[in-house]
Amino acid sequence: MGNFDNQYITDRLQRNFGTDVKILGESFGLLSVGTAKERIIDLLRFLKEDDELSFSYLTDITAVHYPELEDPFCIVYHLHNLVQNIRIRIKVFVGGEPPSIPTATTLWKGANWMERETYDFFGIDFQGHPDLRRILNMDDLDVFPMRKEYPLEDPNRVDKKDFYFGR
Amino acid sequence: MTKPITKIAPNAPSFYDNDPQDELITLNLGPTHPATHGVFQNVLQIDGERIVSGISTIGYIHRAFEKIAEHRPFYQITPLTDRLNYCSSPINNMGWHMTVEKLLEIEIPKRVQYMRVIVMELARIADHIICNGILGVDTGAFSGFLYVMQEREFIYEIFEEICGARLTTNIGRIGGFERDFNDIAFAKIHEFLKRFPPVLEEFENLFVRNRIFIERTSGVAAVTPEEALSYSWSGPILRATGVDYDVRAVSPYCSYEDFDFEVPVGTKGDVYDRFMVRNAEMWQSLRIIEQALEKIAGEPAGVFHADVPEFYLPPKEQVYTNMEALIYHFKIVMGEWEAPKDEVYFAVEGGNGELGFYMIHDGGRSPYRLHFRRPSFINYQMFAPMSSGMLLSDAIINMSSLNVIAGELDA
Amino acid sequence: MSKVTLAEAPPGVEGAGFFATSLDKAIGLARANSLWPLPFATSCCGIEFMATMGSTYDLARFGAERPSFSPRQADMLLVMGTIAKKMAPVLKQVYVQMAEPRWVIAVGACASSGGIFDTYSVLQGIDEIIPVDVYVPGCPPRPEAILDGVLRLQDIVKSESLNRRNTPEYRALLESYGILAEIENG
Repeated sequence: MGNFDNQYITDRLQRNFGTDVKILGESFGLLSVGTAKERIIDLLRFLKEDDELSFSYLTDITAVHYPELEDPFCIVYHLHNLVQNIRIRIKVFVGGEPPSIPTATTLWKGANWMERETYDFFGIDFQGHPDLRRILNMDDLDVFPMRKEYPLEDPNRVDKKDFYFGR
Repeated sequence: MTKPITKIAPNAPSFYDNDPQDELITLNLGPTHPATHGVFQNVLQIDGERIVSGISTIGYIHRAFEKIAEHRPFYQITPLTDRLNYCSSPINNMGWHMTVEKLLEIEIPKRVQYMRVIVMELARIADHIICNGILGVDTGAFSGFLYVMQEREFIYEIFEEICGARLTTNIGRIGGFERDFNDIAFAKIHEFLKRFPPVLEEFENLFVRNRIFIERTSGVAAVTPEEALSYSWSGPILRATGVDYDVRAVSPYCSYEDFDFEVPVGTKGDVYDRFMVRNAEMWQSLRIIEQALEKIAGEPAGVFHADVPEFYLPPKEQVYTNMEALIYHFKIVMGEWEAPKDEVYFAVEGGNGELGFYMIHDGGRSPYRLHFRRPSFINYQMFAPMSSGMLLSDAIINMSSLNVIAGELDA
Repeated sequence: MSKVTLAEAPPGVEGAGFFATSLDKAIGLARANSLWPLPFATSCCGIEFMATMGSTYDLARFGAERPSFSPRQADMLLVMGTIAKKMAPVLKQVYVQMAEPRWVIAVGACASSGGIFDTYSVLQGIDEIIPVDVYVPGCPPRPEAILDGVLRLQDIVKSESLNRRNTPEYRALLESYGILAEIENG
């Protein structure tokens, strides 16, 4: 098992998934691939369990909100092959309300909190997640604060009125 | 009732023998419990002294770093990174600056890289001192903590000499440092290299072969490498299980490839191994600092930043006197600079593991999205599941050996 | 020559074999020099407090030898670090659980005003939920600054009248925070 490069990963993915997996780019040497939410678990399982690719380490799960897109939420997975020291990024764009995607906790136990955090911030419904509750914010918060439409500052504040600054 | 998953010390009594009562008590540990060093809440079901199950609640100091980062120019994000893992802020600062430098493709002079290595390794020592010192306190040995805390104060003095601040350092600039290390700083680093090893040795002598300490820690909260990897552990606690994953060695940044150092690993992944790995890492950090000082001596003196005026904040006295500096200053402060629209993932080896920065830049004033891969958050996830079956007192030292930092946990 | 430093006596009348002062001042002196701190440390400032308690700065010199982690046996609540809105009820409860007389020091920018975290999740200063006696600036404050805050509090304690906690003004203060009923019902 020698070293392999992004081209090799691309070939393997295209052989196994055909057009279901798109190559999104290779910025700074990190291969980004995109897929649909129907195939994401298959793709993750393939990357994790394939003897050669063996991206067995889940570095991170997060999401990005692009309000102007048709599918406004992009869920980003970073995987790492610790033996060959190659990373890969997988992106899935999802829409709908609530936006949903199958959970990766079936593959990695560590995905649990990462998905809870993503749910907490973006309201993404990870279907099949064992315990999808808010993790960082208060339980009674009724918005998903990392979505772009919500402001950074607390809109209920009274001490920042222009009045106090003589304006 | 769940079966205990951790090994019990061989001579410990079994609490399941002839148990007349099968009644469980709910114990709310935290969020302001003195034994938890931070705001962690765990609601535990306990059977006598033994934990049956637990639920962790976090977020008690959630400060919305990622949301703030979407509203701040790049330089204003540095103070945020300070407050992630405040035990080793310089590593976070450098990690963030290097992320931006990776995006901007800035070449950093070797001397600056070695200076960064010195600062980062000092921060790593400060971080490990806290963790191991507190672990000693939690196992009932207070004096070791007092010995090493004095050295930690000395590290703070060095930071103060370099950047003016002790804890939340906000050290450096995109492209290098705000000023060169002065002679006193170099002298203090040299002095630290002389005075710390005997203290560390004494600290080790207090614990390493200490029967009480071994009984309290050996075999406690042992984790297999497979389990650690499936929970995405990183840092010293992963290395204690025997996985030699260290970002410094695997994907060297900041010229770590120039240094000769070892990645210490453990065998059992228990609390004792984590303690030993952190101690060994402090010795390795000292080695790295020593080499870095030698290497700096061979580099052209006085270079402390890359020549990138469009990104490197100019010194204030130049801003007042020099037209060009004023323009650059204005552009940088207002965030009006040319940065490629791209996405970048960059990781450094923080005090607790792989500290990753995932940034998407769309050409605006601030990052479109900045996500911190926070090792404490990911490492702490396993605490509640692994606690079931453990004694309450073991769970406490397990928590302190995980070295979860509330700021990094909750972001 | 004894190495014990005596606290300075309050103003009073002194003569051969006696010293007379008001009860307020005598008690204030005693209280000020044995403040038991309750460290409510949440983040960075807590690490600086650790340094303050440690051997180099040694808070114990000022009579605060025993950090009390139980609110029932503490006089001085040191709130160090960011208080998120999720944490606010906990802090309020800790304050309510403390016995009178109690004092509060807000250590650092976050506890005083929210600091750099002007966000939806952070309480903009603990004085929104509990009364504060001394504010210590800094992000985080140096250990010297924390010590200075404790010394300033000692000045307040020394000059506080014994009756203060029974005055209608004090009750109105607690009422304005909505914690009077909770405190009176124990």
